[in-house]
Amino acid sequence: MKVLLRNPRREIEVTGPRRVHALLAKLDLNRESHLVICNGTLVPGDAELLDTDTVEIRPVISGGA
Amino acid sequence: MVAAGSKCRTCRGPAIIDLPRHNANFCAEHFLELCRRQVTKAIDHFKMFTRDDRLLVAVSGGKDSLAIWDLLIELGYQADGLYVGLGIGDYSDTSADYARAFAAERALNLIEVKLRDDYGYDIPTAAKATRRVPCSACGMSKRHIFDKAALDGGYTVLVTGHNLDDEAAVLFGNTLHWDVEYLARQLPVLEARAGFPKKVKPLVRLTERETAAWCIVRGIDYLVDECPMAVGNKHLAYKAALNAIEETSPGSKAGFYFNFIDNMAPLLAGRAITDGHELGSCSNCGAPTTGSVCAFCRLVETASAHAPVPVELAMRKGRGKK
Repeated sequence: MKVLLRNPRREIEVTGPRRVHALLAKLDLNRESHLVICNGTLVPGDAELLDTDTVEIRPVISGGA
Repeated sequence: MVAAGSKCRTCRGPAIIDLPRHNANFCAEHFLELCRRQVTKAIDHFKMFTRDDRLLVAVSGGKDSLAIWDLLIELGYQADGLYVGLGIGDYSDTSADYARAFAAERALNLIEVKLRDDYGYDIPTAAKATRRVPCSACGMSKRHIFDKAALDGGYTVLVTGHNLDDEAAVLFGNTLHWDVEYLARQLPVLEARAGFPKKVKPLVRLTERETAAWCIVRGIDYLVDECPMAVGNKHLAYKAALNAIEETSPGSKAGFYFNFIDNMAPLLAGRAITDGHELGSCSNCGAPTTGSVCAFCRLVETASAHAPVPVELAMRKGRGKK
C-alpha cells in the first residue's frame, strides 16, 4: 500500500494486509500523536489496511503554545 | 481496507476512531457529539462566556483554531476570527490561505493583522534582531496583538485554541522548573483586567488528536505542516514525553492537567507573576507594562530597524548571533 507521511512530506510503500496499530508500530510512530486516514476516511487502530489502499498517517502535534 | 471490528460505544455502528483515554471507540456522528459535549462542559464549568458575549477567536489556519471557531459557530456563539500574519515565509502564506478559505466558506468575519505591513518586522527578523528564539518573539507579538484587537474591537472575550496537550505540556515544563509564578496563572480562564481582555481556552478538554479528528470528520482543510521555526523546541519535546506516557497509561495527560486545576491551582491563588504588580501604561502604545515602554514596543523598535531576514537564515544554528 502507498503510505503518505508528513513533516517532511514523503511517500513509502508498505506491504499489507496490516492493522493500523501494527503499521504505526512498524514505523515507530506514537498512536497518541497520529491519525490514520485510509482512502480518505479516518480509521481506528484495529482496521485492516490492504495493499490496494492509499493511506495517510497524519501527525497531530503542533509546536506553538 | 477491511472494516474494523471496533464498534461505536453509543450506537454500536462501525467506529472511525479509538480513544483509549475514554476506553471507547466512536463513529463519526457520536465522535462529533463527544467533542461538542466536552467543549460545552469546559465553557460552562469554567464560566468562560455566554451567548451574549462577542467572541474573538485567534486563528492560525491550523487544526485547533479552526476547530474551535467551527465548534463555537455550530454551538450558536457570536465569534469573529483574528489572523496574525507572522511573515514566516511560505508557511505563513499557506496558513493565511486556510484561515481565509474557512472564513469565506462560512461567511464569517476574519480580521487580519500583518506584522511586516503593520509593524515593520516579521518573526524571522525579530528572532535575529533580538537574539532570542523565534517562539519567544512570536508569542510576545501574538499576545500583544490579540489583546489590542479584542479591546479595540469591543470583544468581551478572546478565545484561543489551546488544547489539552498544549496545557499539559506547558504544565509539565513549568513543573520541571517549579515555576510557581507561571503555574499559578496556568488556568483555562484569565479574567479581564485593566488593559487585558478576558481570555479563555475552550479546547482544554480535547486532545490535539481529537481536534485534528474533528477537522477531518467535518471536512475542514487546515495547515498540517509544522511551523518551520518551532521544530525542535522544548514544547514539542514535552509533548513527546507526555504522549509516550499516555500510550502506556491512557488518561495520564487529562489526569495531570485536571488534577492540577482541581487540587493545586487553588493553593497557588495569588502567586501568579502578574499578582501584586502595579501596572502602568506604555508611553508609546498605552498597553499595560511594568516599565515605561512595554516589551512589545521595544521588540518593534529593535526588529523593525533590522534588515529583513529570510526564514531559512533565521533557522540556521547560532541564529541568535548577528
